[in-house]
Amino acid sequence: MSRVTDFINLSLNSSTIVAEYIWIGGSGLDLRSKARTLSTPIDDPQKLPKWNYDGSSTGQAHGNETEVILYPQAVFKDPFRRDNSILVLCDAYNSFEDPIYTNKRFNAAKIFGHPDVVREAPWFGIEQEYTLLQKDTKWPLGWPQGGFPSPQGPYYCGVGAEKAFGRDIVDAHYKACLYAGITIGGVNAEVMPGQWEFQVGPSPGLTAADELWVARYILERVAEIAGVIVSFSSKPVPGDWNGAGAHTNYSTKSMRKEGGYEAIEKAIKKLELRHKEHIASYGEGNEDRLTGNHETADINTFSWGVATRGASIRVGRETAKERKGYFEDRRPGSNMDPYVVTSMIAETTILWKP
Amino acid sequence: MSLLSDLVNLDLSSSTEKIIAEYIWIGGSGVDLRSKARTLPGPESDPSKLPKWNYDGSSTNQAPGEDSEIIIYPQAIYKDPFRRGNNILVMCDAYTPQGDPIPTNKRHNAAKIFSHSDVIAEEPWFGIEQEYTLLQKDVKWPIGWPIGGYPGPQGPYYCGTGADKAFGRDIVDAHYKACLYAGINICGTNGEVMPGQWEFQVGPSEGIAAGDQVWVARYILERITEIAGVVLSFDPKPIPGDWNGAGAHTNYSTKSMRSDGGFDVIRKAIGKLEKRHKEHMAAYGEGNERRLTGKHETADMNNFKWGVANRGASVRVGRETEKANKGYFEDRRPSSNMDPYVVTSMIAETTIIWQP
Repeated sequence: MSRVTDFINLSLNSSTIVAEYIWIGGSGLDLRSKARTLSTPIDDPQKLPKWNYDGSSTGQAHGNETEVILYPQAVFKDPFRRDNSILVLCDAYNSFEDPIYTNKRFNAAKIFGHPDVVREAPWFGIEQEYTLLQKDTKWPLGWPQGGFPSPQGPYYCGVGAEKAFGRDIVDAHYKACLYAGITIGGVNAEVMPGQWEFQVGPSPGLTAADELWVARYILERVAEIAGVIVSFSSKPVPGDWNGAGAHTNYSTKSMRKEGGYEAIEKAIKKLELRHKEHIASYGEGNEDRLTGNHETADINTFSWGVATRGASIRVGRETAKERKGYFEDRRPGSNMDPYVVTSMIAETTILWKP
Repeated sequence: MSLLSDLVNLDLSSSTEKIIAEYIWIGGSGVDLRSKARTLPGPESDPSKLPKWNYDGSSTNQAPGEDSEIIIYPQAIYKDPFRRGNNILVMCDAYTPQGDPIPTNKRHNAAKIFSHSDVIAEEPWFGIEQEYTLLQKDVKWPIGWPIGGYPGPQGPYYCGTGADKAFGRDIVDAHYKACLYAGINICGTNGEVMPGQWEFQVGPSEGIAAGDQVWVARYILERITEIAGVVLSFDPKPIPGDWNGAGAHTNYSTKSMRSDGGFDVIRKAIGKLEKRHKEHMAAYGEGNERRLTGKHETADMNNFKWGVANRGASVRVGRETEKANKGYFEDRRPSSNMDPYVVTSMIAETTIIWQP
């Protein structure tokens, strides 16, 4: 295969670049992409041409009106093609310039553009958990066929052939994201074997969600190369095995400055009052994960605490000590839409009045 | 899979100043190693300038779920042989949020001993011979051994070569270079008496550095066996019967022992170790009683004896040291799963500070 690889890694000498346009498909979770040639390097999304795709093939258009228009919104370096080639994250519109139903970015952009929100400069750090599955059986990577590995305990941040499954995918993804320009803060092996986590942020408002979507895309491309499947299911294996979440760390200007702990407590109070609304938007199948066991809080009950992992919201010891900082919303499932979650947290805590 | 390797081996230095730091700590069993990575804004070589971090102690048996944060303090930096570039490995020790070392943190006490003025003055050097066994992944039987059976008896394997005598050399050689790259003071390797068993030596290193380097060398070894799909065991007697166990012989000297006439100091030091034999044995590794039987080049666990060039002794003095009347000696009692922070600091404490 090395001759094929030689071509994939061929350096393009001219100013020609390839741009991979990425968008979210009809399920709201599946990622799609296609590539086009551009005659000169461009890194400003506003200068990139709009494009379109066949929405009837992704469950996003009906009848005779099949063209869905892609508006470039964010540009990253392409870690697969390298040179000056780029990844372009887009959101989707119909030909009348209205966002299509699955386009959650449009509404998030409105919330993050609101002057009160802009003033508070919200930052997000998202901990994306995911599970690697064997390709043909859809059973977690490293697990014996028709059986289970020994119980959880040795796997969290573990090392060794019988404890860590798929590290090459994780490490390739880490470097690829750094190369692409994503603010990836770290990685670790998770409690369930074959499960991993990476963190994106802290990034402001809309950028955090853009970066998370592109990081997910890069992850799926890397796993594709490795012949392994990525699952964002929030409870991939029932029973005494941890689920997968997307804990969302959050702070505003008021929370980060001296005495900000008061702003944190107020914000958490507002989130408590809108618990049901948030939970409804925090990802499909989350009720299988949020049981009160396996370091989660029960889905129907809102709770918060310092350094406690069994709560809906956790405040770190450092923040409690300094009386300022950030807090962690542990409720979102790994399959959540970061546009929805981040904008909803900002909206509830900054704009909404009880 | 070369496309995957291309990404794993990507050289980021032309696209970003950022580096990746892999923080390493010792887990709840006192022998299991854990690690996770974070991005830092630029290269760093001073551990005191690295940020403290924390991890979920309830997942490693080191804290309850209601108060799970354990803080890790960076103590030593090595170059990362897996990520290369300016990326680093960071050896840490673990504390409660209030700043107290947690029970499995043996480094804290060792550091205190090694900062005692009498100990500093004696410049204690350690050379640790780490033995280990490689096991096949799903059956946990040594590599190269037939499933459901045994290889031919011990004899041909020690420092042996050949497909029927040396099992897993690629792991050993990859580990050797990776440690040298990382900046670990690895001074050699050899195939051991039991087939599938190997040894590497770290040292001579001074004071607390010996412990740090052995732990990071163990981490690098387990990362390599992970890549090779092989299981690493530090069990002191992995196979019962007529098969050698695995130890961590600890070679030791102080400034006085290394100076002319130092053999006298060596004799005195060994005398002190004899008096504290029981205390040392209790701290020299779990399961050591299965290894220290008096056979297979060990001394019986309950008896202390020493001798020149004697491999059946608790402590062995080399002929070279006897001839030069100065040098070092080898404590053969520690097992392969010993904690080097405990063993090195205890030897220093007994021989330099302790008075009978």
